Amino acid sequence: MAYDKFSTLTSTAVPLPIENVDTDQIIPARFLKATERMGFGDNLFRDWRYNQDNTPKADFILNDSKYNGKILVGGHNFGSGSSREHAAWAVYDYGFRVVVSSFFADIFRGNCLNIGVLPVQVSADFLQKIFDVLEKDPKIELKVNLPEQKITLLATGESESFDINDYKKNNMTNGFDDIDYLLNIKKDIQEFAKTRPF
Amino acid sequence: MSAKKTLFDKVWDSHVVHQIENGPDVLFIDRHMVHEVTSPVAFLGLKNRGIGVLHPEKTFATADHNTPTTNQHLPVADPLSANQLKMLEENANEHGISYWGLGHEKNGIVHVVGPEYGITVPGATIVCGDSHTSTHGAFGAIAFGIGTSEVEMVLATECIMQPKAKRMRINVTGELQFGVTSKDVALFIISQLTTSGATGYFVEYAGDVFKSMTMEGRMTVCNLSIEMGARGGMIAPDETTFHYIKDREFTPKGAAWDKAMEYWQTLYTEPGAIFDKELTFDGSLIEPMITYGTNPGMGMGISKDIPTSDMVQGGASTYKKSLQYMKFGEGDSMIGKPIDFVFLGSCTNGRIEDFRAFASIVKGRKKADNVTVWLVPGSHKVEKAIKEEGILAIINEAGFELREPGCSACLAMNDDKVPPGKLAVSTSNRNFEGRQGPGSRTLLASPLVAAAAAVTGKVTDPRELMQKEMA
Ligand code: SF4
Repeated sequence: MAYDKFSTLTSTAVPLPIENVDTDQIIPARFLKATERMGFGDNLFRDWRYNQDNTPKADFILNDSKYNGKILVGGHNFGSGSSREHAAWAVYDYGFRVVVSSFFADIFRGNCLNIGVLPVQVSADFLQKIFDVLEKDPKIELKVNLPEQKITLLATGESESFDINDYKKNNMTNGFDDIDYLLNIKKDIQEFAKTRPF
Repeated sequence: MSAKKTLFDKVWDSHVVHQIENGPDVLFIDRHMVHEVTSPVAFLGLKNRGIGVLHPEKTFATADHNTPTTNQHLPVADPLSANQLKMLEENANEHGISYWGLGHEKNGIVHVVGPEYGITVPGATIVCGDSHTSTHGAFGAIAFGIGTSEVEMVLATECIMQPKAKRMRINVTGELQFGVTSKDVALFIISQLTTSGATGYFVEYAGDVFKSMTMEGRMTVCNLSIEMGARGGMIAPDETTFHYIKDREFTPKGAAWDKAMEYWQTLYTEPGAIFDKELTFDGSLIEPMITYGTNPGMGMGISKDIPTSDMVQGGASTYKKSLQYMKFGEGDSMIGKPIDFVFLGSCTNGRIEDFRAFASIVKGRKKADNVTVWLVPGSHKVEKAIKEEGILAIINEAGFELREPGCSACLAMNDDKVPPGKLAVSTSNRNFEGRQGPGSRTLLASPLVAAAAAVTGKVTDPRELMQKEMA
């Protein structure tokens, strides 16, 4: 499914300074029973966000009205564990378009790119800076510029560049997806398939 | 002069349809395993695009994550689970895909049945919308988990677009001690590398320890590759591999087998090939392992004490949060901690060898009164072997019951959930917060450690029970 185009985004951010946030926390398995890609945002971080009686946990950041925005900032090794794309859907459906971390798990990063959420990997120092600044002032904005591959902390003007390969960058900018590309080279694929021994 | 190739290079390079400059490779996929949870949105995507499945004959579907492990002959009670299972069946039928649903003799966990029926072969590329697809790497295949968008891609085009991973080799030399299993080797490696230590890499396991391992053991090791962040793990095929796959339903036969063998025998890393990273461990130093925290990297030898926060890498606050969740203290010993649940099963340790190991300890003993024990075979084939080998009689005699195949308590998507606050010794692969049910606390370990906990009701070094028998 083609998705929204992405160029630049300036937004406040939600800090989650926890390491190794796994996809079972992002969306627990019992919420994976849907057969359509809808409504996963309600259960984003379900067990950190709600008590067992479904009342919100006051100390969790998504329940803190001071913090909101389209950018989620997570600790080192964000998105580890299960390959469930539902985790990326939940992040997207909740309203985030960018996830910032100093390190991403592979499959989660790939899943994000495939559905139009931009993973932005920054240095550990820069990540800490973002956390520090946001802790002091939740209104601080971050600017993510995909064409320039640059993320800027608007309060201080400090910025860092981030990596993304040209192909994925082009997809994100234009809202293309991989299947469009693959369907275009279907003839080559069919020729290749004939050469496979098993 | 061409560069020396690794096993990974050989298999990857032979599947590249297209290379995109400063972008991913287009990789051809030989086998696509499908299950009910990560596929419905992919099939819906095909429908929306008005396209079909390019190679239904390379695609295999089984139901496992949602399925109950008792009374499988009855309708599935949870309406959402039942709906997901029905969708898979409908999608498989519509597109002409082999479907091994609930009650089918070939039904079981996707990563258990693939190898059992010879769908998994050396030199193949194998994907599934499930991170533990790395299991199939035990056969010298490139196998890895994918997201639902990628499931749709493979259904539509039999290809995936991914950059080639970096190469890592992990050597474990020497001989394992008595009571140390493949699970312990894997948990040991993860404890050394952390859960992100192999991110961005494809791992080849080499050395005497893996050479002398059975296929079941190799599958356990490769299965857990993802828990250190690796894209996948693989082991060069050898006589053990060829012996295991010969004459399975989907493996090549006759002249096709001979031809395949010719190719499979070329699948090894050439001497002098360069890895981006190489690590070597002494296998004789590995103890039976147990985890104490909320990720698989938080593991240690069962006789050790939980490290203090000043000893660990990374953030002390995350570490403390993790121990707090587990209700453990820094410096605690794990031995003797009372256990509420024991789970033997999953795609990590739900194979016949795992049940043999469990039975070897519980034989002649009795289930501890304070524990609930779920023994869940990975497939009907495993279940059948348990009965035929007399293992069922042994475990029944010891006061345990056998359930029906499925993912069960590995991920708490079905009825088998560990209640809040309860402590479980589990042979599965993830000890994340709530993985086995909201508020559940998980200790990952081998089938031997699970058996020792099942009969003593607490964390026990299995070697104690094994040595008594030897004396
Ligand atoms: S047993 Fe667990 S890890 Fe394996 S496929 Fe099932 S849910 Fe996933």
